[in-house]
Amino acid sequence: MTAPATELRPAGARGLARPFLRLRVAGYAFFLPFFVVFLITVVAPLLYAIYLSFFQDRLIGGTVFAGLANYTRAVGDALFGAGLLRVALFLVVQVPIMLLIALGCALAIDSGRLRWPSLFRITIFMPYAVPAVVAALMWGYMYGDEFGLVGQIGDVFGVTLPDLMSRSWMLGSIGNMVTWEYVGYNMIILYAALRAIPEELYEAAEMDGAGAIRIAWSIKLPALRPALLVATVFSIIGSFQLFNEPNILQKLAPSVITTSYTPNMYAYNLAFNGQQINYSAAVAVVLGLVTVVVAYVVQLITARREQTL
Amino acid sequence: MTAVAGAPAATTAQRGTHRSTKPRRRGKSPVLTLIMLVMFGYAVLPLFWLLANSSKTSADLFSTFGLWFGGDFHLFANIADTLSYNNGIFLRWFGNTVLYSVVGAGGAALLATIGGYALAKYDFPGRKLLFAVVLGAISIPGTALAVPTYLLFSQIGLVDTPWAVLIPSLCSPFGLYLMRVYAADAVPDSILESARIDGAGEFRIFRTIALRLLAPGFVTVLLFSLVATWNNYFLPLIVLNTPDWFPLTVGLNQWNAQANSGTSGAVDATYSLILTGSLLSIVPLIIAFLVLQRFWQSGLATGSVKQ
Repeated sequence: MTAPATELRPAGARGLARPFLRLRVAGYAFFLPFFVVFLITVVAPLLYAIYLSFFQDRLIGGTVFAGLANYTRAVGDALFGAGLLRVALFLVVQVPIMLLIALGCALAIDSGRLRWPSLFRITIFMPYAVPAVVAALMWGYMYGDEFGLVGQIGDVFGVTLPDLMSRSWMLGSIGNMVTWEYVGYNMIILYAALRAIPEELYEAAEMDGAGAIRIAWSIKLPALRPALLVATVFSIIGSFQLFNEPNILQKLAPSVITTSYTPNMYAYNLAFNGQQINYSAAVAVVLGLVTVVVAYVVQLITARREQTL
Repeated sequence: MTAVAGAPAATTAQRGTHRSTKPRRRGKSPVLTLIMLVMFGYAVLPLFWLLANSSKTSADLFSTFGLWFGGDFHLFANIADTLSYNNGIFLRWFGNTVLYSVVGAGGAALLATIGGYALAKYDFPGRKLLFAVVLGAISIPGTALAVPTYLLFSQIGLVDTPWAVLIPSLCSPFGLYLMRVYAADAVPDSILESARIDGAGEFRIFRTIALRLLAPGFVTVLLFSLVATWNNYFLPLIVLNTPDWFPLTVGLNQWNAQANSGTSGAVDATYSLILTGSLLSIVPLIIAFLVLQRFWQSGLATGSVKQ
């Protein structure tokens, strides 16, 4: 990328090797601070988790090497499997809905045919700034069928609305929460990508007689593909990590949200309420592997020949 | 904002002759605006609900309709109650959150900026491999790291200290990715070259020239890291036990746990505290986004998502 332009340098001012070396040293020096923190906060815990996952804490004999025993247990664990299935279902339904809404909003704001576009852009983005804890508390109280907003609206119309915190509604209720929190964030990412499309492309298309729909389909959507891919991958990771919202709602609906409701809650409860640190590490590693594999496969399917680096 | 609104207008003026054939410039669409108003309501109504209910007395909270204000406007009394409850623990949590966010997000943005600049503008061996490794780390669930982080930190005695929250906040692989893409565009090689010819050292070039050009990208990374640390819940929940070190998120949920397990008399009052506390906890971030929106939006648009 940056070919050191030795030819620009006054000849003989310095040796040829020295500026090369100087740039390399500077490159490493600038990258070093980030890398040290990266090693401490990402690489070390990751390696430690993998290490822990190969051991078992036995009543007799203390901590012993267990090979893949924790992993075989995790693969056959019905609670873990149910949690994984639950977030997979969540992912398949919530992520497309959220991204389609975000895409629609971004295209609408970018179209130039909307009144008050900047007002919409800021307000739809605003929930992103709300902590997941606050969002979960807020929506949790609103969902309540007794003193919550849903119950009050039901009273106004004289009907009993379904209990959104019941077993059959809970996953959808969490999906609504997550959509509310992140639709604006994804919209902003997509909108920023739309702004980066050169204006000349539109002009050329219009010259050729393309309408607004055609431009959106043939110019905007292809240009959005890298940004859509990033948004999709992040949403997939987020879905598998699901923890904050169900963990908060657990206090409001303890019988619906069990300690293994999502794989992440399961890993947390294994470690901190069950004292099964080694098994928890194995669960976390498997969860991480599943996430990486799914994210990678999605990338392969959608990216085709696109460069990611 | 003005730049965004102004851009299409300027091009229309330049080529005014084609106006009739350009659907994009064909005036506003009421239908589209109406659809977006629904989205507006979806985004804002819960926040309005929070504001309305933070301004109610505990009694009104349960007896009046949720989407409007109660009989008395009790907001300031509720704020006073929230701030003074339990010897002002809420203020302590607020201060902790500010500390974790400013130091954590500020540090993360700075490290990502310097590192991203290094990856974009210096050709050193291993550069691509290092970038690939960091990029791969984005897809590792942060929560999968939280439990081993806790165990590591407990071995070196950092658990239940602010360091346990601060150190992990300093690393932002996504920030590094953003800054690398941004720096590649925003800092022209020719400027670096001419500075070198003038005899400036690399650090001085970074400090006096590159840092200024990188400012919108820096603000963007800073704001997104700020949200991540301000809203962080999982990690502090794990690594902290002493309420004095809690951030707002963990503290608010502790109140929530109290409210749902306490006796009914105390319950009502605690709900008011939770709602008012929630409202207070989101105001600073919304202000930060509004004040700095010109910077972070241009930062996103110029670099982050172009590939």
